[in-house]
Amino acid sequence: MPATLFEKVWREHVVTPETRDTPAVLYIDLHLIHEVTTPQAFALLRSQGLSVRRPDLTLATMDHSTPTLPGASFKDVAIVGAAAVQQISQMRKNCADFGISLLDHDSDQRGIVHVIGPELGATQPGKTIVCGDSHTSTHGAFGALAFGIGTTEVAHVLATQCLLQRKPKTLAIEVAGRLGTGVTAKDLILAIIGQIGVNGGTGHVIEYRGEAIRALSMDARMTVCNMSIEAGARAGMIAPDDTTFDYLAGRPRAPRAETWDDAVARWRDLASDDAAQFDTTVSINASQLEPMVTFGTNPGMVVAINEPVPTADGSDASFRKALEYMRLAAGKPLTEASVDVVFVGSCTNSRLSDLQEAAAILDGRRIADGVRMLVVPGSQQIKAQAEAIGLDKIFRSAGAEWRESGCSMCLGMNGDTVPSGKLSVSTSNRNFEGRQGVGARTILASPLTAAASAIRGRVADPRPYLREH
Amino acid sequence: MQPMSQLRSRTVVLATRDIDTDQIIPARFLTATSRAGFGAQLFYDLRFNKDGSPNVEFALNQPGADGCEVLVAGNNFGCGSSREHAVWALLDYGIRAVISTGIADIFRNNGLKNGLLPIVVDAETHQWLLQHPGTEVAIDVARATLQFAGDRCVEFPIDQFARYCLLEGIDQLGFLRQRLPDIELYERHRTWTP
Repeated sequence: MPATLFEKVWREHVVTPETRDTPAVLYIDLHLIHEVTTPQAFALLRSQGLSVRRPDLTLATMDHSTPTLPGASFKDVAIVGAAAVQQISQMRKNCADFGISLLDHDSDQRGIVHVIGPELGATQPGKTIVCGDSHTSTHGAFGALAFGIGTTEVAHVLATQCLLQRKPKTLAIEVAGRLGTGVTAKDLILAIIGQIGVNGGTGHVIEYRGEAIRALSMDARMTVCNMSIEAGARAGMIAPDDTTFDYLAGRPRAPRAETWDDAVARWRDLASDDAAQFDTTVSINASQLEPMVTFGTNPGMVVAINEPVPTADGSDASFRKALEYMRLAAGKPLTEASVDVVFVGSCTNSRLSDLQEAAAILDGRRIADGVRMLVVPGSQQIKAQAEAIGLDKIFRSAGAEWRESGCSMCLGMNGDTVPSGKLSVSTSNRNFEGRQGVGARTILASPLTAAASAIRGRVADPRPYLREH
Repeated sequence: MQPMSQLRSRTVVLATRDIDTDQIIPARFLTATSRAGFGAQLFYDLRFNKDGSPNVEFALNQPGADGCEVLVAGNNFGCGSSREHAVWALLDYGIRAVISTGIADIFRNNGLKNGLLPIVVDAETHQWLLQHPGTEVAIDVARATLQFAGDRCVEFPIDQFARYCLLEGIDQLGFLRQRLPDIELYERHRTWTP
């Protein structure tokens, strides 16, 4: 029977099938853990006298409350808040007590959990991957079934390497055409969320398909899959192809040379069969897209950069509340909005190609007076790669801050926050009220748009800046 | 998990749609390492003014909201971050059921594993409930019904297994651990190893 990519990965991981009365038991191949959503799970294990069943399938790091200030060692840099210090020391203890190797602050392999999984080659096609973090959907870019779970489920996976799951529905998003110059994967996923809505994917696993998706690099595919959750989807997936295999070849945790060919042969079979049926299909044309920016307080409130802020139907109190919070007027162009902070980073847009895009705009220019710009690489390896090609110098010369890796200003748990009332153009994934700091106002955009906005001091279309170079 | 079979309560209403888990519990409170006490920080930036005083306009601070165990919320409640702290905060505060036209997947899962009942209703029922804050509702978990406006009654969808666990107060980890022999068998027979 023809099957979709999702169905192939799902059925291979069913330990016991679902019935009317009970969910399926689904086997998990890779469990990513970090400091924020695991302490209560380890506490549950301790209270029941349980061990971690497969520490070898558990990849641990710390990213959320990690300081990003530059410093030769973390001994010189304060972790913000006594509770965060306690949480970090608890993470170390939990990993030590349960036999899990931790990529700690002193590891050159550490970074944002959704950046290092792929970077180390632990993320692979056909795997089931979970993490107590909604942006686990990122790993679907490799043709893995990857989704976020709560802390109780983290305990389930630690104790049994399995989850109780009902099979989700499937949603195909067919992306025809090619993205234009200055239009990126970030603009594409923002446009998709704008089209289907922040709950358009609820109950579904998305498969991104079509010419535009095939043309994307792995970094760009990760950006797309990363924000699947912002459309409410359980996961987002892309069929693996040569782009995927080329990315993985030679990475430390990827299959070794002697098993590589077998793995690739297996991975090639994962693509959805031609006759496979999806529960729903949505189409979008990439060729017609422009750089996208959000104007409201969820990622679905999005417009093309040169469009005015939409006018709501008068009875829509939620829409009015969002514009009031953002202090933006309906009908006015966003490009009039004055920018205070620019953040390039997060599991959405902190990979080398994201940093290269921002640097291409900033090279030989200065950010506007009064703008603070923070560039935070997704991992220590990306930091080293960026420095090897001189990106750090471009950022510093432009007046931006160049940091150590971590989640940083995406959610402001580590002290990197946007002050109340200030407007931030951010390459992260959520423009929720207070996400980047109490009262912070966030506009989501691509690294190109963020960099152009930093130079202009107002929200800016990046395309003229690309042409001038 | 505390068993739940019946729940009778007045409602408190937050009509805004797409209330995300960052609003339910802001990220800066996620450094705690226990499950207890998050109720004090529930909806913190909406519930309190910048000086820490209660925001009297916020629904939970209205005189009639005291002791309400049922929250009626706008569509797509609990979207965004997977943080289970959002569910712990609601339960710790005293909320035991959330009614909306749509509830985000991860939030729903987290709720059911902790004894917070997610109830999805039709638009008409939802509209009536939004317009009648403080109304008395009666929830019957076994029959999966919501009674409101005196004698109006609607059924709501609920997973059979989740309902059984709620009614009995069953910890799903125990159920999963009973499957360990199947899990071991699966590991022995799979054609490739992760």
